[in-house]
Amino acid sequence: MADPISQFQIKNLVTLGQIGGHEIAITNSTLFMGLTVAGIAALLIGGSARRAVVPGRLQSIVELSYEFVANTVQSTAGSAGMKFFPLVFSLFMFILFANMIGIIPNTFTVTSHLIVTFAMAMLVFLTVVGYGFYKHGLGFLRLFVPGGVPLYILPLIVVIEVLSFLSRPISHSVRLFANILAGHITLKVLASFVPMVAGIGVVGWFGAVAPLSLVVAITALEVLVAFLQAYVFAILTCIYLNDAIHPGH
Amino acid sequence: MADGLRENGNDRNRSAEEAALSARLKRLGKRLDQKSLSRPDEASPRSSTDASALARGFRLSTELVAGVLVGAFIGWALDRWLGISPWGMIVFLLLGFSAGVVNVMRAAGVSGGPGSAK
Repeated sequence: MADPISQFQIKNLVTLGQIGGHEIAITNSTLFMGLTVAGIAALLIGGSARRAVVPGRLQSIVELSYEFVANTVQSTAGSAGMKFFPLVFSLFMFILFANMIGIIPNTFTVTSHLIVTFAMAMLVFLTVVGYGFYKHGLGFLRLFVPGGVPLYILPLIVVIEVLSFLSRPISHSVRLFANILAGHITLKVLASFVPMVAGIGVVGWFGAVAPLSLVVAITALEVLVAFLQAYVFAILTCIYLNDAIHPGH
Repeated sequence: MADGLRENGNDRNRSAEEAALSARLKRLGKRLDQKSLSRPDEASPRSSTDASALARGFRLSTELVAGVLVGAFIGWALDRWLGISPWGMIVFLLLGFSAGVVNVMRAAGVSGGPGSAK
């Protein structure tokens, strides 16, 4: 059986040198991050190049993706949240493209590494904390003090609120990572059943149809998950940013 | 209508037949329209609820686990730092669990956002 984990291995492609004893190299992860960004840039620049009043195919994709994210930001964080639109849009497009590229066989999935998703979640978390303190000063701390709570259980509630706040980047990043990782491992395991069953003989050729059709079905599900997880990441980003914009209500 | 089709025709009968046919065509067209309209309507809410239910399930489970993990980590760090093992772990694991439950309630929309009186 093919090793279902080896697809997540980081391989050095070009070693650039060393900084402080740590190897700096262009890895397959770097390559696919670059491809993701190049793909997004090609879509957006290509789609907005003609600026037709009646949009062509490419331009409508660009316009649809803009409007989709803009509506998400508007509905969850309000119009004050629109100043974070570039952040949310970049995150959404990056995750969507990385996930979609990852579905193509023999590619590397950038978002299947916890450190990548955690870096993005921490970016959102630190943006929320930084903007919250910048905008509201210490008033941002009202986020941790719910109204209408009796004084004698308030310390307990505040600690729980702080813990709940600190757990956000973890759930934010683990969700994306776990979904993508689990989907890819499932695909790999089921796909390795196909040659195994087919190896039995003539009976196996017909038996192999079952795992093969399952692989096709799960690939379709993975396309859905790829989009859904990008959307969930974007919408949670908006919800968290909303706390930074309007704390204490 | 079936009678009209069977009868061999003088002019009046034929025009009646045509009218009946066109009426039937119109009805069929309308029914087709309804079907093609109603099918995506029927399918899309179900598939979208399925998809969002999946996302919701994942979201709720990770929220709970994240709360417990953060509590456990803070408890462990306090134990190491202050040397009060095992009390930091016990207290913060429980607090982390409650934070996880709060997260789940918020994610499920049972309770309002942080700081709300609800």
